[in-house]
Amino acid sequence: MTDAVGRPGLTPRQLRERRDRRRSTAVAAVSTVVVFGAVALVVSRASGFDEVRSSFFDGPEFTESLREIVPAFWLNVRVFLVAEVFILVCALLLAVARSSRAPALFPVRLFATVYVDVFRGIPVLLVLFLLGFGVPALRLEGVPNDPVIWGTVALILSYSAYVSEVYRAGIDSVHETQRAAARAVGLTGGQSMRFVVLPQAVRRVVPALLNDFIALQKETSLLSVIGPIEAARQAQIESARSFNFTSYTAAALIFLAITIPLTRLTDHLLGRQRRRMTVGPAG
Amino acid sequence: MTALVVEGVRKSFGDRLVLAGIDLEVRDHEAVCLIGTSGSGKSTLLRCIDLLEPVDEGRILLGGEDITDPDADEDAVRRRMGIVFQAYNLFPHLTVLDNVTLGPRRALRVPKAEAQGRATELLARFGLADKAGDHPDRLSGGQQQRVAIVRALAMEPEVLLLDEITSALDPELVGEVLDVIRGLRSGGMTMVLATHEMAFAREIADRVHFLDGGRIIESGPPGAVLDEPREPRTRQFLQRVTGRR
Ligand SMILES: Nc1ncnc2c1ncn2[C@@H]1O[C@H](COP(=O)(O)OP(=O)(O)OP(=O)(O)O)[C@@H](O)[C@H]1O
Ligand SMILES: [Mg+2]
Repeated sequence: MTDAVGRPGLTPRQLRERRDRRRSTAVAAVSTVVVFGAVALVVSRASGFDEVRSSFFDGPEFTESLREIVPAFWLNVRVFLVAEVFILVCALLLAVARSSRAPALFPVRLFATVYVDVFRGIPVLLVLFLLGFGVPALRLEGVPNDPVIWGTVALILSYSAYVSEVYRAGIDSVHETQRAAARAVGLTGGQSMRFVVLPQAVRRVVPALLNDFIALQKETSLLSVIGPIEAARQAQIESARSFNFTSYTAAALIFLAITIPLTRLTDHLLGRQRRRMTVGPAG
Repeated sequence: MTALVVEGVRKSFGDRLVLAGIDLEVRDHEAVCLIGTSGSGKSTLLRCIDLLEPVDEGRILLGGEDITDPDADEDAVRRRMGIVFQAYNLFPHLTVLDNVTLGPRRALRVPKAEAQGRATELLARFGLADKAGDHPDRLSGGQQQRVAIVRALAMEPEVLLLDEITSALDPELVGEVLDVIRGLRSGGMTMVLATHEMAFAREIADRVHFLDGGRIIESGPPGAVLDEPREPRTRQFLQRVTGRR
């Protein structure tokens, strides 16, 4: 089909929809420019604007502090990556332990429950203090004294408790009939968990897991309270040297460079999941 | 020989008595139908037989062996029986082929290639050859239920339990699933079916048992129970489901 303008395959309705879509985009663009322009104008005219700019957004200071902060940020990344792997595994074990049903596994269930209750209830900061200062003070033979190690362990202990609850919600969301169907084809309780329940549970909680990882990525800067110089602490050092706050802005931007893409990804996955829930047929 | 014996089985959920002493015998190659109103305990009985629910009292014998004995290996017992549920309960994260091979591979430890070969054969026999690679949500209800039957058959069960397997299906899809059961029947499969399809029960059953309030109150060949019921409760039930006076 060809319409009057010569564009093939478009019905009048499609043409109208396209025009509406274009108009919406144009309106959004114009309103964005106007609002942000107005804000910029007001802010830049406000008294103290120059002061703010030189304290927080000083160009040369920015480049200089970045040179120091980026290597320090590498520590955040390493701690994050190592902690992440351990958390994923430990939390899964905790969740499976708590969801076990065999009477013989009662002690395991009890341990997991108490563990999660305790570590969800203590501020991460306290766990850091306890391990980071406490363990080296014991001067134990053959136990490392590196605060980075103990800081990472503290994050793993705390976050495993949180993340195990995410997994557990996923496990609980898998309908009882799936477990029955798995037992019915002769699988043991453990096999049913491994081959039927967990694959479905994990798929459902991926967005929630990502959410916790964004939080963890930021929380790595807590390590500085027991000594290690990571990005936030390095920014503080730079700021003390230069009597300027631009280094904090620089550190913040570095964190954002990691967390914003992760946040977008999470939103994207959540959106996809929601669409699947509403459109897809019931499993 | 008797394939399955149920002796004085009682089962309660909380203080609600659901099975109030069930006795039932199924011989090899027999098809037995359980009929009865909603809530009479048909599903519960089938789930108890497959050890998906523990019984409170009584015994269940499979091939002469007491499977309700506390020392019996429940997983091993379930490998000898198959059950098909009303709502199919396929594994949504697995393809049709993997749904069928999961039990043989993990529970029976059949090598992967062999399990897949046998599953492919079975799927082809039930007209599902081209669905092997699909996930269950791409299939129609009738196809899903046939996959569920194939999944149970892949375990080569001594007894097949079928719990109202056509109740969730659109009327035009019921036929294809019943055809599968007819095929199994003529192949000599020992079956216990809970069903609301009276015409089908008449056609396929060696014996029909009418459950009411957790008891079997009338049993016999389909011609007797369905056409000349002795018990007033049976008569009432049949009138209601067939709409006959
Ligand atoms: N897990 C359970 N917990 C509590 N009560 C249950 C449970 N399963 C079944 N019941 C109850 O036991 C009774 C018998 O249920 P059952 O599913 O065996 O009946 P049914 O004969 O299969 O009925 P229908 O024809 O509707 O499938 C019902 O009253 C039901 O509410
Ligand atoms: Mg039922």
